[in-house]
Amino acid sequence: MNKTVNQKAWFFVIPVFVLVAFNAIIPLMTVVNYAFQETFGNNVFMWEGTRWFKQIMLSERFHASLGRQFLFTFIILFIQIPLGIAIALTMPKEGIGVPVCLVLMSMPLLIPWNVVGAMWNIFALPDIGFLGHSLNALGFDYNFTQQIGDAWFTTILMDVWHWTSLVVLLSYAGLRSIQPAYYQAAEIDGASRWAIFTKIELPKMKKVLTIAILLRFMDSFMIYTEPFVLTGGGPGNATAFLSIDLVKMALGQFDLGPAAAMSLIYFFIVLLVCWVFYTLMMRNEEKS
Amino acid sequence: MKKAKWIVPTIYIIFLMLPIYWLLNMSFKTTTEIINTYTLWPQEFTLDNYKKIFTDSTWYTGYLNSIYYVVMNTVISVAAALPAAYAFSRYKFLGDKHLFFWLLTNRMAPPAVFALPFFQFYSSVNLFDTHVAVALSHCLFNIPLAVWILEGFMSSVPKELDETAYVDGYSFWRFFFKIFIPTITAGIGITMFFCFMFSWVELLLAKTLTAVAAKPIAATMTRTASTSGYELGLLAAAGSLTIIPGAIVIYFVRNYIAKGFALGRV
Repeated sequence: MNKTVNQKAWFFVIPVFVLVAFNAIIPLMTVVNYAFQETFGNNVFMWEGTRWFKQIMLSERFHASLGRQFLFTFIILFIQIPLGIAIALTMPKEGIGVPVCLVLMSMPLLIPWNVVGAMWNIFALPDIGFLGHSLNALGFDYNFTQQIGDAWFTTILMDVWHWTSLVVLLSYAGLRSIQPAYYQAAEIDGASRWAIFTKIELPKMKKVLTIAILLRFMDSFMIYTEPFVLTGGGPGNATAFLSIDLVKMALGQFDLGPAAAMSLIYFFIVLLVCWVFYTLMMRNEEKS
Repeated sequence: MKKAKWIVPTIYIIFLMLPIYWLLNMSFKTTTEIINTYTLWPQEFTLDNYKKIFTDSTWYTGYLNSIYYVVMNTVISVAAALPAAYAFSRYKFLGDKHLFFWLLTNRMAPPAVFALPFFQFYSSVNLFDTHVAVALSHCLFNIPLAVWILEGFMSSVPKELDETAYVDGYSFWRFFFKIFIPTITAGIGITMFFCFMFSWVELLLAKTLTAVAAKPIAATMTRTASTSGYELGLLAAAGSLTIIPGAIVIYFVRNYIAKGFALGRV
C-alpha cells in the first residue's frame, strides 16, 4: 500500500510509545546502571567499567548455559516447524472437523506456563505419572529427575507439546489463503503431491513460517517457567537454560553486577538474531 | 488416501490431551490413592480438592486477581494499539520503521532480564502488589504484539475505504469508530485472544510484582507446592481450573481464528 507522509501520525503512536517506554526504558537503564557498577546496598555505587562483562564473557558457566540454550532452541525448531507443517497439511479444510481441531489444538497455548510445568511433572513422574510409568513398564530405565538424557527428553517433549500448535495454526492460516485455482492448475498439469507442496504451498506459507520461526526462536530463547517447574534446571545444571541461570544469579545469589552484564549480553544476542530475521522478512515483503 | 489423512491430526490431538487427562485424573483422586497406587482413573472419586479451592479464600482470590489484571491488560493493550496500528498502516512519518522495530524488540526481551528492575521500579512508584502494576508490566510484550497483529489486519483494508468516508463528510474519529473498527472486528478478536493468552500464561513478572493483594493463581500454586508438602491432588485441581478461562476464550474466538488468521499477518 502506498502510504502518505504525515508527521501528525506520531500523535496516534504516543500512547503506545509512552506505555512501552515506561516499562522498557526505565528498567533497562537500571540494568545498565548495575552492569557497570558495584553496589553494597544503600545506594552506594562504585564504577567498575567493563569488569562484569569480561567476567561473564570468560566464565565457563555462561558458555555452558549459552550452549545449552542454543542446542535446546535448535532442537525444538527442528522438530516443531516440520511437524507443525505436516499437521497443518493433513488438517481438514471444511466441516465440523475444522473448529474441533482448532479448539483442541489451541488448548496447550492457553495454559499458564507453570501449570504446564506442573502438569508434565505429574505426567512424567516415574512411579505415578502416565509417561514415566509406561516407559518403565516397557523396560526403559526412565527417571527425569536423575538422568540428564531423560531430563532433556522430557523438557523437549513438553515444549513440543506446548508450542507445536502455534506453528500448526500459523501454517494452517497460510494454507487457507491459497486460492483453489492454484490447485486446479496443478491438477491439470498433473503435478505430483511433492511438487504441489514445494512449488505452491511452501512459497505461500513463507511469510507465516517466518513469523512462526521468529516467535518460536524468541520464546524458546527466553524459556524459564516450564523447565524451572519441571526439572528446576537439574539434574545438576543439565537443563539450566539462560533465563534460569540468570534468575539464579540475580535473585538467588544477588550478584547484581554480573547478572546485569549477563542480561545485557543475553538481550543483545536475541536482538541480533531477530534483527537478521526481521530484515530478511521485510526484504521479502518488499519483493512480493 | 483421503481417510488416512485423519490419522495425523488425530494422533496429535490424543498426544495433546494425554497430559491434560492425567491432570484431571489426579485432581479427582484422594491423596492416599495418588501416593499408594497407580491407577488410570480415580478409584475413589472425590471432589474434595475442588471444594477446598472454592471455599479457601487464598485459593479463589488468586483466580479473581489473575482475571482482573488480564482483562485490564487486554483492554489497555488493544485501546492503545488501535490508533498506533492505524498510523503504521496508513502513514509514513519520521522514524516509523525504527519505532516499529523498537516496539518489536520489547516483545523479544526476556522477562528474566526485567524481573529485578521491575520490582525496584514499581516499588518506587508505590504500585507494588497492585493489579495495575501487573497489567502495566504485561504491556511490555502485549502492546508490541497487538500493534504488530492489528497493523497486518489494517493493511489488508483498502485505503479507498478511508477516502470514500472523508468524501462523504465523515470526520476522522466518526469514520474510525463507525466504519473502520467494525470492518476489522475479526482482527480485534484475534488480537484480544493473543493479549489475553500471553498475559494469562505469564508468571515470572506477575509473581515478582505481587505479594498478597494481587497475587495471581499461578503463584499461589507454586507456594503450595513448596511449603505445604506435596499435595498433588490439590495442585492438579488448581491446575485444571486454570485451563477453563482459556478454553472459554478459545470457544468464543474459534471462528475468528480460522477466518482471521487467513486475513491478517499472524
